[in-house]
Amino acid sequence: MRDIGLRLQQSVGFWVAVALFAILYTLYSSLHPKGWTVDIFVQNSNESFALIMVSMAQTVPVLTGGIDLSVGAMMTLVNCLASNLVSGSPSQIVLGILVCLAAGALAGFVNGAIVVYGRIQPIIATLATGAVYVGISLFLRPSPGGKIDDNLSWVATNAMAEMDTTYGWFPDGAPGWFAHGIGLLPVPILLILIIVFGVWVPFRKTVTGRGCYAIGSSEGAAYMSGLSVARSKLAAYTLGGLFAGFGGLYLAIQTGSGNADIPQAGGYTLNSIAAVVIGGTSLFGGSGGAIGSVFGALTLRSISFCFRVFDTDGQVGFLANPLLQPIFEGVILLLAVSLGAARVFRVKNRLSLFT
Amino acid sequence: MIKSIDRPTLIASGFCVAILIAGTIYTLYTQGTASFIEPTYLLQQLKIAAFLGTVAAGMMVVILLGHIDLSVPWTIAASAMIATAVGGPWAIPVGLGVGLAVGLINGIGVAFLRVPSMIFTLGVNAVLRGLMVMLTGGFAPQSSATPIMSWLANGEPLSVPIGGGHTWGIANAVLMWALLSAALVFMLTRTPFGRYIYAAGNREAAAYLSGINTRLVLIGSFVICSLCASMAGLLIAGYTSKAFQAMGDAYLLPAIAAVVVGGTNILGGQGKYSGTVVGTILIVLLQSVLSVMQMPEAGRQIIYGVVIISMLLVYGRSKAIRG
Repeated sequence: MRDIGLRLQQSVGFWVAVALFAILYTLYSSLHPKGWTVDIFVQNSNESFALIMVSMAQTVPVLTGGIDLSVGAMMTLVNCLASNLVSGSPSQIVLGILVCLAAGALAGFVNGAIVVYGRIQPIIATLATGAVYVGISLFLRPSPGGKIDDNLSWVATNAMAEMDTTYGWFPDGAPGWFAHGIGLLPVPILLILIIVFGVWVPFRKTVTGRGCYAIGSSEGAAYMSGLSVARSKLAAYTLGGLFAGFGGLYLAIQTGSGNADIPQAGGYTLNSIAAVVIGGTSLFGGSGGAIGSVFGALTLRSISFCFRVFDTDGQVGFLANPLLQPIFEGVILLLAVSLGAARVFRVKNRLSLFT
Repeated sequence: MIKSIDRPTLIASGFCVAILIAGTIYTLYTQGTASFIEPTYLLQQLKIAAFLGTVAAGMMVVILLGHIDLSVPWTIAASAMIATAVGGPWAIPVGLGVGLAVGLINGIGVAFLRVPSMIFTLGVNAVLRGLMVMLTGGFAPQSSATPIMSWLANGEPLSVPIGGGHTWGIANAVLMWALLSAALVFMLTRTPFGRYIYAAGNREAAAYLSGINTRLVLIGSFVICSLCASMAGLLIAGYTSKAFQAMGDAYLLPAIAAVVVGGTNILGGQGKYSGTVVGTILIVLLQSVLSVMQMPEAGRQIIYGVVIISMLLVYGRSKAIRG
């Protein structure tokens, strides 16, 4: 029992994020006239996917005690690359997707190499590489546009049942378990599950992955214990690039085009930091995880969803005023990140505040 | 003499000269003029640098503490918008008051709640943005800068006529930047508060145990940073004669880059103010020369990033952590 208590205490940030998301999303769905339907799930998961990926991308470097201010730029870079590559014959599409993901991972690897071998502080190194990646994105796509395979766009942004109707999986008609069961699952949610349980969870269990946590707790101790600090850090930034690449690729598939939008890249980077913190990962490194960031990102998105559904004539009608939404979002963000202040009132020795 | 100038400042100054030489060779080759080393051009660049320099000066104080202030963009915009909306003699005091309030909120959040500054100031930035959208309806306010704001940014009391109705003058914005710089150098090197900033930036726990009220140092530094940002906001509003949404967005990252390229350690505790001034001039010159060379935005961004990384590879490397 004590073990469970300890585990809960250590992951309180994560559970707060899950609870916040559950409350906000329940509120949204019960107020929405079409709430709790597959259509709404599909729409919401489409709108959340890129932020979830970018937040996961941010999490891994943050766990090592670093930060990656280029996640939005890497997402934009892959987004622009995808708008040039992901169309044509099926084999071209598959190759294009692979090149896009490799480009994201390469961008992350460059960040890692500069941080590890250049020994430049991550915050400023990624600030500079972010400018470079935005520059490359502008070269790849000077004005918004490009082409993405239509079938892919349709399938990736709908429920799984559309895969059957688009690609004809079941020529004799879909069986019941598919049509009324798994077929209702929105594809973006499926993709997130695949990425979380196919990439993140296995990575966390490797020596390299656990090394990221160890470095975040104490880099000196990790080095003295014989962990390969360089390898873990390189892996962390590379994985960040890969996740950002997933986000950029999906954004291209979702919008059917590429756009080297600099303010958008900056906005995603800043929101990703907020999502990481809300998801229970310490900005000092060493504790938390990418699954928490998924819920952090979902919480941020749910806040903006909620403002759409308040009845303008109701008692809280003023909440629906679009001019007031940015300030509510800001205040909620500020309150959410201030939740961490609770530890100030728990510390027994004021000196421990300074670490 | 040369010993008293530290290495980052020296290298960054050398790079500024290199940029000017490269630009001059380019213009001599394409237009047959040496417009980059004409006083008119240099004075104009100095005026533009004054805005970034004012922001960077405040940012440096916060970075010296090992913190960062991401609320600068909307502190600039909010001060300028509210000042132009108020108008009249109260425009400037009210604008600076906005900066003071933002600085106090940031400082209290970081010093008392111990929320990491990066995320707290990010939240404050979002709130300020929301407030401004609420107050202006999301459009640029119609009100324009007061005459005194325009004069503070554009006026040239010290000017030399060079014939043909043209003058070489140093704009008030540059004088304000010089005054601010003198005050900051005095504060950082000659007052206890300045020493406390370096001490707390090196190791806050040690500074606390030495009897320094580190909370007050933190709050004071964030107030200085926000006041500088609001001052820059008033000057920019005076320069462009009005305030607009997102007017501060273009200053955050260049300001951080200027401070860091000037040799200030992003982890705090180390750095000279002269470096920040040279870093500011370097970034303004780089941006200006690249735009005169008609480099597309894409190439400018890439060169900008590569320059920051290569400068830091020369003198900004941290020690490897080995136990």
